[in-house]
Amino acid sequence: MKLRNYALAASLAAIGLSFTLTAPVHAQAKGKQAQAQVAEQFFPVLVYRTGPFAPNGTPWANGFVDYLKLVNATGGINGVKATFEECETGYATDRSVECYERLKNKGGGATAFQSLSTGATFALTEKAPVDKIPLITAGYGRSESANGAVFTWNFPLLGTYWVGADVLIQHIAKKEGGFDKLKGKKITLVYHDSPYGKEPIPLLQERAKMHGFDLSLLPVASPGVEQKSTWLQIRQNKPDYVLLWGWGVMNSTALKEAQATGYPREKMYGIWWAGAEPDVKDVGEAAKGYNALALQHGAEPNAKVTKDVLALVHGKGQGTGPKDEVGSVLYMRGLISAMLGIEGVKRAQERYGKGKTMTGEQARWGLENLDLDQKKLDALGFAGVMRPIQTSCLDHMGSSWVRVHTWSGSKWEFSSDWYQADEKVIRPMVMLASARYAEEKKITPRTPEQCKQ
Amino acid sequence: MIYRENGQFKTSYAADQQIFPILQDRWAILGILAFAFVAVPLFADEYLFRAILIPFLILSLAALGVNLLVGYCGQITLGAGAFMAVGAYAAFNFIVRVDGMPLVGALLLGGFTAAAVGVVFGVPSLRVRGLYLAVATLAAQFFWDWAFLRIKWFTNDSSSGSVSVSNLSLFGFPIESPTEKYLFCLAVLVVFALLAKNLTRGAIGRQWMAIRDMDVAAEVIGIRPMYAKLSAFAVSSFFLGVAGGLWGFVHLGSWEPAAFSLDRSFQLLFMVIIGGLGSIMGSFFGAAFIVILPIFLNQLLPWLGGLVGVTISTAGVSHAEIMIFGALIVFFLIVEPHGIARLWSTAKEKLRLWPFPH
Amino acid sequence: MAFFLEVLIGGLMTGMLYSLVALGFVLIFKASGVFNFAQGAMVLFAALAMARFSEWIPGWLGVANPVVANILAFIIAALIMFAVAWLIERLVLRHLVNQEGATLLMATLGIAYFIDGLGQTVFGSDIYKIDVGMPKEPVMVLENIFAGGLLINKEDFIAALVAALLVAALALFFQKTATGRALRAVADDHQAAQSIGIPLNRIWVIVWCVAGIVALVAGIIWGSKLGVQFSLVTVALRALPVVILGGLTSVPGAIIGGLIIGVGEKVSEVYLGPLVGGGIEIWFAYMLALVFLLFRPQGLFGEKIIDRV
Repeated sequence: MKLRNYALAASLAAIGLSFTLTAPVHAQAKGKQAQAQVAEQFFPVLVYRTGPFAPNGTPWANGFVDYLKLVNATGGINGVKATFEECETGYATDRSVECYERLKNKGGGATAFQSLSTGATFALTEKAPVDKIPLITAGYGRSESANGAVFTWNFPLLGTYWVGADVLIQHIAKKEGGFDKLKGKKITLVYHDSPYGKEPIPLLQERAKMHGFDLSLLPVASPGVEQKSTWLQIRQNKPDYVLLWGWGVMNSTALKEAQATGYPREKMYGIWWAGAEPDVKDVGEAAKGYNALALQHGAEPNAKVTKDVLALVHGKGQGTGPKDEVGSVLYMRGLISAMLGIEGVKRAQERYGKGKTMTGEQARWGLENLDLDQKKLDALGFAGVMRPIQTSCLDHMGSSWVRVHTWSGSKWEFSSDWYQADEKVIRPMVMLASARYAEEKKITPRTPEQCKQ
Repeated sequence: MIYRENGQFKTSYAADQQIFPILQDRWAILGILAFAFVAVPLFADEYLFRAILIPFLILSLAALGVNLLVGYCGQITLGAGAFMAVGAYAAFNFIVRVDGMPLVGALLLGGFTAAAVGVVFGVPSLRVRGLYLAVATLAAQFFWDWAFLRIKWFTNDSSSGSVSVSNLSLFGFPIESPTEKYLFCLAVLVVFALLAKNLTRGAIGRQWMAIRDMDVAAEVIGIRPMYAKLSAFAVSSFFLGVAGGLWGFVHLGSWEPAAFSLDRSFQLLFMVIIGGLGSIMGSFFGAAFIVILPIFLNQLLPWLGGLVGVTISTAGVSHAEIMIFGALIVFFLIVEPHGIARLWSTAKEKLRLWPFPH
Repeated sequence: MAFFLEVLIGGLMTGMLYSLVALGFVLIFKASGVFNFAQGAMVLFAALAMARFSEWIPGWLGVANPVVANILAFIIAALIMFAVAWLIERLVLRHLVNQEGATLLMATLGIAYFIDGLGQTVFGSDIYKIDVGMPKEPVMVLENIFAGGLLINKEDFIAALVAALLVAALALFFQKTATGRALRAVADDHQAAQSIGIPLNRIWVIVWCVAGIVALVAGIIWGSKLGVQFSLVTVALRALPVVILGGLTSVPGAIIGGLIIGVGEKVSEVYLGPLVGGGIEIWFAYMLALVFLLFRPQGLFGEKIIDRV
């Protein structure tokens, strides 16, 4: 190759390297500049719009970002503008970690991280306390992180997988006519072979011991496209109920295989991540009767907040994503996750100064002292959608209200009353697991005195 | 003109056979090492360490391992991620189950475990060759993917399958801050690179290269294929095991089996082929290319889009990244199928004459 | 007993579905010596094209009849796959003639990434539906012999028939047509084929086109079964043991290998799986292929690798 080409290649490489290596510095500088003019609160948005879980990750991300835009359109957080930046993780833990490192100091400091991946949550749980940035894991993450005395920086708001599994057993018991009728029944858990899918197992085993039902565990290798053997085994065992703990294409595949082996969909119950439109749209009528948990909200096309988003965000052409997605299950989940972050900041502002930018530590305090009663929720537009949520030092979950909704063939409809998880069963498990974690990591759980600070 | 060997006479066999016989090379390497050990920690910021330098160092070590097997011994492997996983989980088990196990000891023991596993899964190479072997090594990949998810003993009975380590320390010095982690990985890499270079210059390396070039002829002249192939698997897996341990302990801190999935194996193979098969230097080039490219594209594409007034969504950026990644791989293979290392050695050849034309 | 037969039949049919994908690998390797790691991406791309066009055509052309829409979508998708094949040959393969196997493998992997990204950019990353009228409900047969009958999945059964027909068509193509003969000549010896005037470049384009059609059919069948989404590329990974068990250069090998792997996977998962906690299908298939390879290192029907020293 000619010398000229070598020189060109070398200089290109040098430019490329310098660009890459100094990019975060530039971004940080830009962020600080912008911050000086109007108070801003930066929210990093870790999303996956590509990869095998994109159909479920995309509506969540759209809902999340749309809510931030809605907040800005209605005066910000007491005047503070919510800024955000998306970072694509593809559900991969190492990319999530890279996004975390890149965004944690951006825009004046990240307010909170929501990784939408249980695997990434495990990795970020190690880093968040060091960098003093709270992790909101609304509806996922480690179940034992509900104990805020040990997991100071984790907030599994609204519910964890143990709550979900518990409510499923309660609902099934109710259907059967009482917990004592569960004895001898067969319940199969079809789960995604990953930390996410394995989360409910301890609680289900505990409940199986308590009530005497037969629990069988059928893992499905990620991403879950081949489930024929799983469903042939189900056909042989003829369980009374099948619990589905899948994500992405695994859910619709499970429903299709259930149809192909003739397992009644009415007997299938999915976790709230296995009960959304992308999972059943493809299967349509054949998924009729399939039930799933609703993490307080379901599909909410008629909620006030949905209408607000359509008017103030999509109406102004600012919508992230298609209009007909607004109000769908995962969209609402993303929206509510963003709302919880914003409300945490609002609460922090009550203590540390209204209209000011909150640091990660201050936001953490806000998240630990959330007090959203029904009046506040209604004012935000969540009347009939959400129930009150109140966090505290020992309870970073805040609420455990869950409902069940069923696919009618064309939409999700609520099919049960409100349930609450049985704290008598879950609390000891949470304390035990978090004590084990504290011992391993040499963390001293916070005392009530320290909690008050 | 600057880079020439005129006047550099060797007066002993040792001097003639050293790794860097040319004085300029020795100075350059000393300079690079000084830069890496002294200058970088002074000037690099945390993001640079955590997102670019540390992954680069650890993946270079892994790429070295893969290069020893694929580039020097000619056995294509698609299961490198599995051996990294074995090293990581073995090191984890040693640290957790044996009281007072030092970090380096755990990493090395993890490496030895990976080497043993590598020998077992390398046995098919005695019978199967070429692409059939490549696909056969996938068996290792999928088996270990499953084993670390299912066999609770490996993950110390953690219910979720995720494991984590913390509070690393070396002879009393903590390895917590990014700078300390960087220096630790750099030290390990330098030692292992020296080890790899010397292995390839020695008898065993020559045996590997003979097997690679024509294994039937090698057998005919008396090289035992079983010893050569299995030792290649063992050494390569040792490197991969230590790299896996570093990846889990130092870079991630907390990991699950998906951190060492098939994508990781493909990534390592890319590094080796783009960097240059059969070249120690090539492993470093390849690792740098693969680590930096996605981040570079991630910064460049929105900026380019901003220049022309087009906002690209993160999904669009991600897809474009994948497309450009694929296209660049193909482009590279067309332009220089022997990898960046060949480009580098051609450049050095030209530099011997420069600025004179001939 | 009945259940065992169900598992067996399920395995055989899944195996046929795998061999649909494996055929693409075999065709390309046979004719050009390239192990096409991009086959999975091609299946996904073809399926995406089919799914999206069958969705868009009623809107664009006002065609109400879904059958016509599907046929039109099929034709357009086939044309797109031809274009992809031609581009791959022109831009990539032509420049990599005579390179080593590892280099070509990596090049196809690069192509795979490219096609992945392109497909998702152009067609989107949601789950899309392919509706070619496949029956979804199961059917029970032999009810008088076995209580309750044997469960047969009608969709899989039809897919297996399609795969068999495709293989028969390919066999006819290779044996009876002039192009087929030329392909076999190229597969045998590139240089000899060139010396008698067979245009290598054109043959390679034809082979990749045929592989593209095979990918399209596989994409339609798998997409109809699972929904068309990115994770379809992982199906190619499940088809790899089929390829190596059957032999990289043998079309009947792809079928027989598919049947063996399909049965092996299902039987192992259902009977051995519960003993070890489940989820063993994937690696068991690879181990099974490996065991066969230890006895026949070139696969059951592959060409013996002859080394000349």
